[in-house]
Amino acid sequence: MLAAKKRIVLELKFTKQHEWLKVKEEMERGAIIGISDFAQEQLGDIVSIELPKSGGIFRQGQTIAIIDSVKASSDIYAPVSGEIIEVNEDLIEKPELINQSPYDSGWIAKIKPSNLEEFENLLTKEEYDRYIGEIN
Amino acid sequence: MMRTPFYDIHKSLGAKIVNFNGWEMPLQYSGIVDEHINVRTNVGLFDVSHMGRFEIRGPQSLLCLQEIITNDLEKITNQQAIYSPICYEDGGIVDDVIVYRLAADRFVVVVNASNRQKDFDWISNHSKSAQVEDISDETALLAVQGPRACDLLEKLVKIELQSVRPFHLVNVNLGGIECMLSRTGYTGEDGFEIFFDSSRIEIWDKLMQYTELFGVKPAGLGARDTLRLEAGLMLYGNDMDENTTPLEVPLKWTISFDKKQEFIGKKALVNSHPSRKLVGFEVLEKRIARQGNKVFVSGMEVGFVTSGNFSPTIKRSIGLCFVPVNVLPDQSVEIKIGEKKYKAKLSSTRFYKHR
Repeated sequence: MLAAKKRIVLELKFTKQHEWLKVKEEMERGAIIGISDFAQEQLGDIVSIELPKSGGIFRQGQTIAIIDSVKASSDIYAPVSGEIIEVNEDLIEKPELINQSPYDSGWIAKIKPSNLEEFENLLTKEEYDRYIGEIN
Repeated sequence: MMRTPFYDIHKSLGAKIVNFNGWEMPLQYSGIVDEHINVRTNVGLFDVSHMGRFEIRGPQSLLCLQEIITNDLEKITNQQAIYSPICYEDGGIVDDVIVYRLAADRFVVVVNASNRQKDFDWISNHSKSAQVEDISDETALLAVQGPRACDLLEKLVKIELQSVRPFHLVNVNLGGIECMLSRTGYTGEDGFEIFFDSSRIEIWDKLMQYTELFGVKPAGLGARDTLRLEAGLMLYGNDMDENTTPLEVPLKWTISFDKKQEFIGKKALVNSHPSRKLVGFEVLEKRIARQGNKVFVSGMEVGFVTSGNFSPTIKRSIGLCFVPVNVLPDQSVEIKIGEKKYKAKLSSTRFYKHR
């Protein structure tokens, strides 16, 4: 049971709001949050981001960040509930990192999940790809 | 959905297509910021064939237009153009247009795509005995904008164009295609707009063939919007509409109160005392204000944003907003974006001036 849970969370997971979530090592070190390649492509040139504060506690689905692009402003939602333990400060001066590298140097924040069951609401890569195929 | 003659070309270039007032238009090709910067440094090619074009002909055409537009056509001679609002009787703005004077009895009016039918009806209903014809479908319109626009076109038309002054027209042969060039645009940059027969779409490739030499790249509606905003050029539907008079926005210079003919809206404008004014602003924090965001002075709501975006040239968050006339030109204000208020400062509407 535990092993199964661990396998689920180690994969890259997605939300229908186009955030991704990735657990790199143990859950205690937090899960990394970013936006998908599809999302950055839709937003176009990203020119600023309002980041959450470290220590901030969010429920799943609450706004944790706001991204401004030349096309629109877009809320970024917490994929799971938890405490923000780190934010990507590089984005303050270089928000375009999200366009250039959405899954790597364009990460947004690290969250310490408080409810592992919420991971079950998230989409796998295959499910997410199918979803954007439908909406696109 | 409507398409311009260049739709297939936009698709083949991988443009992101959006619905703009019923038109399938390119929003961007390589990216808004990249296209924007290329227009400021080299030259960009815009398809603006979605704009409406009407020809007004006949002995009554000058008189008819003098009553329709607020600016004075006597300020220009043949082969020149003039910018002007068209007003309703109450001073509200029907549209802002450019009138091209081809001859004393022949004019072309170029109107916003969003207002084509409304404007055609308005002009037709006030045309007296002048003939009004919608020539939008048989003509096409491209804009070549940027510091190297003149060099690019000179290479193609084989005549000197540097001496063509702003808002002047010249007829040219561009690689076998008869064109009318007008030294006008909507980017705040030097450039020309090109009128020609809509069947001659090969003109696109002729203009694009010197990519290496002049750095010409296609530019979409996204860059068109950020470019015009930096230059303080207003957009109908955002910064003005039927509930706005030209005296509330920086268009007083286009109202010719003393021209011979009485234009529609004159009485209302003479007696109007605007309570608000359109000004520029810069957000001092890292957020972009957008149309509809509220503006506050000392906690009191005083106005709203009509246009806002990121300026790729000065790399700041800029925009236009309405505030009461008595607000100081450099007043510190706050703009509510989402749930929070952000510090901003009022400014001139011109954020960028070329050369």
